[in-house]
Amino acid sequence: MEKKGYLSEIKSNTGLNVNRCYQCGKCSAGCAVAEEMDYPPSRLMRMLQTNNKENYGKILASETIWLCVSCQNCLTRCPMEIDIPRLMDYLRERAIKEKTINKKSKNILSFHKAFLDSVKYTGRLYEIGLVADYKMRTFHVLQDMAIAPKMFAKGKLPIIPENVKDKKQLHTIFKSSH
Amino acid sequence: MNIGFYPGCSLKGTSSEYAQSTLALAKFFDIHFTEIRDWNCCGATAAHNLNHELSVALPARILALAEQQGLMEIVVPCAACYNRLSVTQYALNKDLVLKDRLSDTLQMPLSGNIRILNVMQFIEKYIAGRIEEKISKPFAHKVVCYYGCLLVRPYNILRFDRLEDPQSMDALMQKIGATALDWAYKTECCGAGFSVSRTDVVAKLSGKIVKDAEDREAEAIIVACPMCQSNLDMRRPHIDSYLHTKTHIPVMYITQAIGLAVGIKREELGLKKLFVAPAFVD
Ligand code: SF4
Ligand code: SF4
Repeated sequence: MEKKGYLSEIKSNTGLNVNRCYQCGKCSAGCAVAEEMDYPPSRLMRMLQTNNKENYGKILASETIWLCVSCQNCLTRCPMEIDIPRLMDYLRERAIKEKTINKKSKNILSFHKAFLDSVKYTGRLYEIGLVADYKMRTFHVLQDMAIAPKMFAKGKLPIIPENVKDKKQLHTIFKSSH
Repeated sequence: MNIGFYPGCSLKGTSSEYAQSTLALAKFFDIHFTEIRDWNCCGATAAHNLNHELSVALPARILALAEQQGLMEIVVPCAACYNRLSVTQYALNKDLVLKDRLSDTLQMPLSGNIRILNVMQFIEKYIAGRIEEKISKPFAHKVVCYYGCLLVRPYNILRFDRLEDPQSMDALMQKIGATALDWAYKTECCGAGFSVSRTDVVAKLSGKIVKDAEDREAEAIIVACPMCQSNLDMRRPHIDSYLHTKTHIPVMYITQAIGLAVGIKREELGLKKLFVAPAFVD
């Protein structure tokens, strides 16, 4: 982290000024997963406001940033219209860069990665491939075995992946987005 | 009338009944869709969780393809895709540097003025006025309408319906003879993209939704989002074990309910694909 502190970095990357939060708590009250989080959203805001490196480290290693489902309820209800979901996106990107990913949340990250890889190679999501890839990454081989045959029988799992034809354009998108 | 259609990945796989029933409904009302050629995945939750640039670049390609194919209005039944496409178009129009950069990467023009319709907006615009005269078997059931997150939030971008107590689906249900009950979970989150990675979270969040619906004695939960549908329906074993009870309420797409009311054949609506079968459909 550079000298100016992380607050200006957050500001320049997301346009958000975390100091506008006045701790009313509405975000945490409406957050679908607050009970599961180590720091509910309003607490996370307060920790960020301290501009204290140690607190920032805790946030980047927290379960909170991975548990946020981007439901947007907090933003909707925040009297200061603070875009917490956008902030969460940014914090996750930081945590990946800093390699401080919360241990309990590695599954969530593996799933997102498997998802994006599927899109990268075929241009579309290939569900059987996604789940297989996810299982390889997490060793959760048996999970979902119970519903897979039923999904298959109901024609919900096509066996052949669909492909985007213009692969070149797709690769350019992935390449230029890094 | 040249209306574009973006199915998205879910509708080609896990939620094929949503595509089937939407297309059957359109056909019934003589509406022709043109599927966007060579469309890609919108990136869904994964892209904006991991990579901001990608989360706008993927939807931008879809918008550019639509434009190139002369489709200035597109119907997007999946609420997640609808959300990503709308948010992206908003971001492009707000940030012209971004728009130019993506247009450059794609080597395609991006006008930023495609009309993006979710399924309710599509029905309201093209079908609602003709529904009543076509009803052959009123959908006389007590239902709860579940909107979830992605159709209504963020409001400043989507501006689609009331935020905390949306009404559009309720109104359409009443049109086909249903009673839309008041309930507490219209816009609560079902756990969305955590279906596989944190099934426990989905069981809990979706469990509360299913329980409130059953407590109010609704006969069905009506939805317009494939993620919501699969969490509430396919994850029912997990939900039931979280609730310590066996629940029976089916979770149907709005297009299936309307389809039944106007007399479209059950097979064409993909009703057999629901895990929890609606008991009232013979
Ligand atoms: S709702 Fe907004 S102002 Fe209130 S605590 Fe949360 S972020 Fe701060
Ligand atoms: S967007 Fe994230 S932090 Fe905000 S309410 Fe939803 S889950 Fe909680």
